[in-house]
Amino acid sequence: MISKYDAIIIGAGSVGCPTAYFLALEGWRVLVLDTAHSAGQGQNKAAIGGVRATHSDPAKITLCLQSLEIFSTWKEKHGTDIGWIKGGYCYPVYREEDEKTLRSLLPRQKKFGLDIDFVGPEEIARLVPGINMDGLRGGTYSPGDGQVSPLKMSAAFWQESKDRGAEYRFNEPVKGLLIKSGRIEGVRTVKGEYYSDVVVNAAGSFGMEVGMMAGIDIPVVPESHEAGISAPMERFFDPLIVDMRPGPEGRTTNFYFGQNDRGQVIFCYTPIDPIIGRNRSCTSEFMPVISRRLIDLIPRLRNMLVRRVWRGLYPMTPDGIIILDQVREVRGHYLCVGMCGQGFMLGPGVGLNMANFIVRGKPLIDAEIFKSVGFYRDFNAKRSEALK
Amino acid sequence: MDIDSPKKIDHRLKTHPIIPIEERNRVDFTFNGEKMSGVDGEPVTSALYANGVRVFGHHQRDGAPQGIFCVNGQCSQCMVVVGGFPVKGCMTALREGMEIRSCDGYPSLPADDERPDYSGCLEIKTDVLVIGGGPAGINAAIELGRLGIDTLLVDDKKDLGGKLTLQTHPFFGSRDDCYAGTRGIRIAEILTGELEKLDSVRVLAGTTAVGVFFDRKIGIYDGKEYILVDPGVVLIACGAREKTLAFPGCDLPGVYGAGAFQTLLNRDLVRPTERLFIVGGGNVGLIAGYHAIQAGIKVVGLVEALDKCGGYKVHLDKLRRLGVPVYTSHTVLKAEGDGKLERITICRLDAAFNHVSGTETRFEVDTLLLAVGLSPVDELYTQLEKFGVKCFNCGDSEEIAEASAAIFSGRITGRRIARYLGKDVDIPEEWEATQQILRSKPGAVIPFEPEIKNSRAFPVIRCVEEIPCNPCVDACQKCSITIPGGSIMGQPVFSGECTGCLKCVDACPALAITLVRPGHDAEKGTSLVVVPFELPPGELKAGSFVNTVDMEGRPIGKGRVVSIKNSPFDKKRLLVSLEVPEAEACLAAGFTVLEREKGTETDGMGKPLPDETVICRCERVTAGEVRAQIRAGVRDMNILKATVRTGMGACGGKTCTDLILRLFRSEGVDPSEVTLPTGRPFVSEVPLSFFANVKKGVEE
Repeated sequence: MISKYDAIIIGAGSVGCPTAYFLALEGWRVLVLDTAHSAGQGQNKAAIGGVRATHSDPAKITLCLQSLEIFSTWKEKHGTDIGWIKGGYCYPVYREEDEKTLRSLLPRQKKFGLDIDFVGPEEIARLVPGINMDGLRGGTYSPGDGQVSPLKMSAAFWQESKDRGAEYRFNEPVKGLLIKSGRIEGVRTVKGEYYSDVVVNAAGSFGMEVGMMAGIDIPVVPESHEAGISAPMERFFDPLIVDMRPGPEGRTTNFYFGQNDRGQVIFCYTPIDPIIGRNRSCTSEFMPVISRRLIDLIPRLRNMLVRRVWRGLYPMTPDGIIILDQVREVRGHYLCVGMCGQGFMLGPGVGLNMANFIVRGKPLIDAEIFKSVGFYRDFNAKRSEALK
Repeated sequence: MDIDSPKKIDHRLKTHPIIPIEERNRVDFTFNGEKMSGVDGEPVTSALYANGVRVFGHHQRDGAPQGIFCVNGQCSQCMVVVGGFPVKGCMTALREGMEIRSCDGYPSLPADDERPDYSGCLEIKTDVLVIGGGPAGINAAIELGRLGIDTLLVDDKKDLGGKLTLQTHPFFGSRDDCYAGTRGIRIAEILTGELEKLDSVRVLAGTTAVGVFFDRKIGIYDGKEYILVDPGVVLIACGAREKTLAFPGCDLPGVYGAGAFQTLLNRDLVRPTERLFIVGGGNVGLIAGYHAIQAGIKVVGLVEALDKCGGYKVHLDKLRRLGVPVYTSHTVLKAEGDGKLERITICRLDAAFNHVSGTETRFEVDTLLLAVGLSPVDELYTQLEKFGVKCFNCGDSEEIAEASAAIFSGRITGRRIARYLGKDVDIPEEWEATQQILRSKPGAVIPFEPEIKNSRAFPVIRCVEEIPCNPCVDACQKCSITIPGGSIMGQPVFSGECTGCLKCVDACPALAITLVRPGHDAEKGTSLVVVPFELPPGELKAGSFVNTVDMEGRPIGKGRVVSIKNSPFDKKRLLVSLEVPEAEACLAAGFTVLEREKGTETDGMGKPLPDETVICRCERVTAGEVRAQIRAGVRDMNILKATVRTGMGACGGKTCTDLILRLFRSEGVDPSEVTLPTGRPFVSEVPLSFFANVKKGVEE
């Protein structure tokens, strides 16, 4: 008997799992395929877990607000702890131009419903004990943002979607899409063929490769960022912190970190020269650079013990904006790719909207905003995103 | 908090039959405000143990008391707070005036808000980086140094020698090849001395290799600085780590590894226990038991799950002769105590290794040593290989074997590296052969049939199992001791002339040779037997009577001590002359020193490995939590990390991965179906300030 699913999702990661969950909630029979041996084993587990609606792009703001709603009510609804801490996001500011940028964004951010304000240096020092006060001008603080454990979250989406009938097949790379007369019919994997009128590309850093199977050119190229985690310690700050300044060492643009539900500090920086490619092995450069940035900002961090480091991929689009759409050339084929390193925080919002888009032809967020992340946009149009 | 109130007993070795106890610089320090005294530079955990502290903190998850476990910088269970900073007690040197606090729950970062200055990140280029300064690493470095090859050797301990520094017993093997007959602690000194003579070898002791990176650099840190090493070739000689066992109470303070015990006792001269039980009858467990008795510690018993101990028979016999009950086909059922180990229950195992109900026996002990095997420390090797760095592996990190084999493995690998670097150097074929012999497991056992010889004196050799060892052959001036067949694996036999010089009695590393002088007192019909002895003489004196035992510790009769003399050759060993009845002269192999305890019969078998057993010590994850995941279909240890946090702690899964695989197996899952966790830097935790090379900051 040929088994036919209501939808097949390629990728069991930050985006695929929530998409499967929300489709399963609609009563759809969903199959999720992944090359890895279990859920969240691609870039999901490399995320540091910061979740914020503090963006400058309207789509990211609105999608992340929905993600935050899902994260913050998860435990209440499902009983599983996902490590949610409503500690807010804090952008401390030491340079006039950064203050200007952040202040100029406030009206738009507020318009889309974000709870955010520019606060003075004393308030920042209260939020972040021990922060370097030398030249501190204040900063933005958005108390509704927070953090979640990516490991726990992907496991929770996997479990909940399974409980609602979603089927997962691991260790099963997709080798091709079954397309007939411009219409998707299913996928072919290393083990066999699966049939469905709906196939979603949620393949993360492999988004472009899956696109080629559909004969479309998805401009998603993986870059990598390194990250690290400390040993647990007594909680001493709640917000995720983003330092927008380029580093004095000439290698980093910004860096960001937070203290998770276990009291571990997780940290990461953005290199000035992007490291293109899929290599996820750690480099010797990361710790000497990030350690000075962290200590310069909060000197007392010098005494924390560093436990582990890793490298994760940011599937980047040319304009740094995500891609959510249906493919015109292949009916029934959907894209939710190019998360640009924010797949974890965007994931639940993306999943919710894609499920609605697939089931009802209409996302939950404003149609115009949804259009702005369409696949057929001009990726080379100059779109400046003040907050990446 | 129920931190042990440290009693004012000094738990240090006052005397030791083998190790010289020298006067050392004393310093004062405090633990949770209480004044204590320690030795300058000794590890903090050893200082605390010497002051009677057995519990160093309480776990943040459930408040469980935390004691020592590996004493080797691997596990982080001995975390304490020194001057405000969380540190591994076993890797932190004690200094005058140190303020040490127990680590209860999460440590908090001191509010130290001064912005520091940095020095540049050092980078060292070297042709060969040797990681590990034990028997294998040092010997490889010596070979490289003799050929003038630029070599950097790093070792995480402050003194080189690795586990040699814990070995108070004379080595097996052959005298020519690997210092057989010499005590390990002395071999470490000899090798370190050799190394110091070589100009092309730089040594960084007290320096841990913490991570291997994709750009082919290796991060090392010496407690002050973080250095990146850019090597041509890397040699991994990191040795082995102890495997562990899960059972109820296995996480109680007082349950720890045999290597940890030897470190406290033989390196740091701390007497950590009064009453000891051992799990595991391999050489590590047997030798640890012997070391304990040397230090005057009561060894209450030893269990071995198999029907035969895996270690050398001569080591086993040595223990049995001293009076240690050895329970084969037995295991430890549980360990119990209020906040620390107070008693254990053992039970018999059937042929299928199931617990046999009705055989539960309880013993009151304060310490349980786990000596259940070793596994290679090879994670750096695996990562280096992945990154395409030319690397070699030797000693235990390549293959678990005796230290004598590691010495040879180091030599051979040193030369292999030299050849790889283009040096024209020979690797003698017999080296490979010797290495294979030294790595051999014990072989066949021949029956022991001593016969009285019509001679003034003759040796009785109780070396009935094939092991690689021959110092007795070299020792005999008259060449009357030979190993038929030529290989040092064979059993030595005596035939021919004996001058009664006692050199063979002195030379046998296993104390397996006695000398019989027949016809001591013709009237009484007695003979003299000279027995080698390496314990504190205690009550033993001329004229006193001892209970003689045969080779395997079975009682024979009484012997009268005629004399106790220092061996003329090895000054540390005593030679005790006993007068025994003629008929018992060849049988008497030694005498009992410990009173045998039977334990108390008890019940309460329970299920094997009940759900509450702690599997992951760092995160305190129980067998039940892991089982529930396995039963829910999880086959990926990376998912276990996410859901129950096994392997997410300080040790990075070094301890629990094996135990979890066993749980999978017991749940009927083939371990080959299980995805192992991903290994990443760092192999041990490093303070952030080191990476930044902060000029002032964390104290040593």
